[in-house]
Amino acid sequence: MKLFRIRGGVHPQEHKQLSAHKAIEVMPMPELLRIPLQQHIGSPAVPVVRKGDSVLKGQLLAHAQGMISAPVHAPTSGRIIAIGKHIAPHPSGLPVRTITLKADGNDRWIDLPGPVDPFTLDANEISERVAAAGIVGMGGASFPSAVKLNLGKRFSLHTLVINGAECEPYLTCDDRLMREHATEILDGVRIMMRALGVAHCLFAIESNKAQAHEAISKAAGNHNGIHTVKVPVRYPMGSEKHLVQTLTGEETPARALTADIGVVVHNVATAFAVHEAVRFHLPLISRVVTVSGGAIKHPRNLRVAVGTPVRELLAHCGGFREEPARLLSGGPMMGQPIINTGIPVVKGSNAVLALTAAETATHPAMPCIRCGSCVKACPCGLVPAEISARTRHGDLQGAADLGLMDCISCGSCAYVCPSHLPLVQYFNYAKGELTARQRAEHKQKETKRLAEQRAERIAREKKAKREAMMRRRQAARKRTKSEKAGANV
Amino acid sequence: MLAAITSLMLLGFALGSLLGLASRYLKVEGNPLQKEIEEMLPGSQCGQCGYPGCAAAAEALANSRAPVTLCPPGGVVLAEALAGKLGVSIDLSTVEEKQPMVAFVNEGLCIGCGRCYKRCPTDALVGGPKQIHVVISDSCTACEKCIDVCPTACIEMRPIPVTLQTWHWPKPSLAYTA
Repeated sequence: MKLFRIRGGVHPQEHKQLSAHKAIEVMPMPELLRIPLQQHIGSPAVPVVRKGDSVLKGQLLAHAQGMISAPVHAPTSGRIIAIGKHIAPHPSGLPVRTITLKADGNDRWIDLPGPVDPFTLDANEISERVAAAGIVGMGGASFPSAVKLNLGKRFSLHTLVINGAECEPYLTCDDRLMREHATEILDGVRIMMRALGVAHCLFAIESNKAQAHEAISKAAGNHNGIHTVKVPVRYPMGSEKHLVQTLTGEETPARALTADIGVVVHNVATAFAVHEAVRFHLPLISRVVTVSGGAIKHPRNLRVAVGTPVRELLAHCGGFREEPARLLSGGPMMGQPIINTGIPVVKGSNAVLALTAAETATHPAMPCIRCGSCVKACPCGLVPAEISARTRHGDLQGAADLGLMDCISCGSCAYVCPSHLPLVQYFNYAKGELTARQRAEHKQKETKRLAEQRAERIAREKKAKREAMMRRRQAARKRTKSEKAGANV
Repeated sequence: MLAAITSLMLLGFALGSLLGLASRYLKVEGNPLQKEIEEMLPGSQCGQCGYPGCAAAAEALANSRAPVTLCPPGGVVLAEALAGKLGVSIDLSTVEEKQPMVAFVNEGLCIGCGRCYKRCPTDALVGGPKQIHVVISDSCTACEKCIDVCPTACIEMRPIPVTLQTWHWPKPSLAYTA
């Protein structure tokens, strides 16, 4: 199949050999699970259980609220011991509403309806089941998958792309999943194709995962319309817009969806979860997490219950070989720092990395030498040096005019910068600050509207009062007149 | 000679009356810039800038008697917009954004007198007579007008807590000086 070149990108050292040969291992259930009510983009889930309740594995703990949301289920049987705030798996370290579940050790499932043949269900039933199972995009963005499966209603779609690129260094969870569960993933893919109403699927795997490619090709061999594609190894190949461009040659318009050009992208782990949810009614309560990095004693791929504290994962992998310089949730390019190992694994966590000082490049920043490396590396065709300079001087509007909002925060620019400038860090700041300003602007508009309405109301009340007074006066005058007339009579 | 005088006189009359008419029908009421600026301001007449209402503040701005950073509820966004409008340059990195605050009614002290909601410029306070009043935090601009009128001093300004939805990465600091 003809592939198209994307611009930019980098080739970081892969480090996948640390954990790629380790089969997925089921991690023992921890005693305490911290299950955040917001593990997805959108509104947080609303709890349906109360403190003290006993729950079974797979039981609904919190239901979705609003259009873009996802429910949360119990990862094991046990007792709810708290519903309150707990530190969020987020770089801010702020609290998020969390259900704390004490496992009873029996791991008893709730009664599940028997398996169904997904190919007797229509598109709506499939996406309803996916929504009910609480499935979110498992590549990291955590967007509710059912919403993405409904895109067929709004857009005319022609292709489903399955993202098995796994371009971040160290990560091997998708690789292992493809090697070990190819048939299940392919079943999930076919279910998603049915839900989206597309006849064509491209299964993209980076060429450094030969075994995964072989397993998927074998499983896909007897299904029509599914093509396995080896894509070149280049970061950020797993970015959905860039993957689509590599496969189809079409570029997604700025700030639009890939659905605008007829393509929907789902992650392999999501496909696996869809298979389990639609065929067997299993909610999304566990996921494969890569625990790796030079500082980890025994790097592994673990199937972990959602809510397991990161601390337990690290302990299960033998702890640290040496004191890590950096702890990350996610890959080294786009992952977020872990500031407290008490944070839980959530639906979107794909890796826990403990990197040594040698693995993390921490150099003092130097002035920009205008070499243009960042321009060459940017996969979105932006000029990172210029955008960061404007951001630094507080000209956020200027940064936005140069395409800040099209930046995918992949970090390629900061990776290649010979001056070690924190380029992507500037963009993350600028995006957040611009959103905050938009919020402030919105509030100001609302304030104006409220003030105007109030002024209008006060004027109306005044007028009504004056009119009432006039009427009263007139009535009084009339009365005195008639009284006078009466006296005359 | 006579022809020259008459023609010049006629010309003078014609042009003079034209000017007179123009000044009557094309008259500019007030400073147009002031009106435009007033439209940009929040219009809540909160008085936090030190001027009695947004119209007075707009007048001061239009006559460049006040800095573009005068409006606390407007914040950086408004300062930037005003600077663009007035053609002045400001260094936004030096503009200290006031920490966002919101009014809070201490329910143990509120006697339900109703003075605060009558003063609130954005109707952010609700309540009935002899009933505890509450603040609709999304509408509150922290103008502190309610604090002044509360007879039991039960209203205070509290900082709006940062949440997961509003948090964003801080600006990276560079060690070197370029």
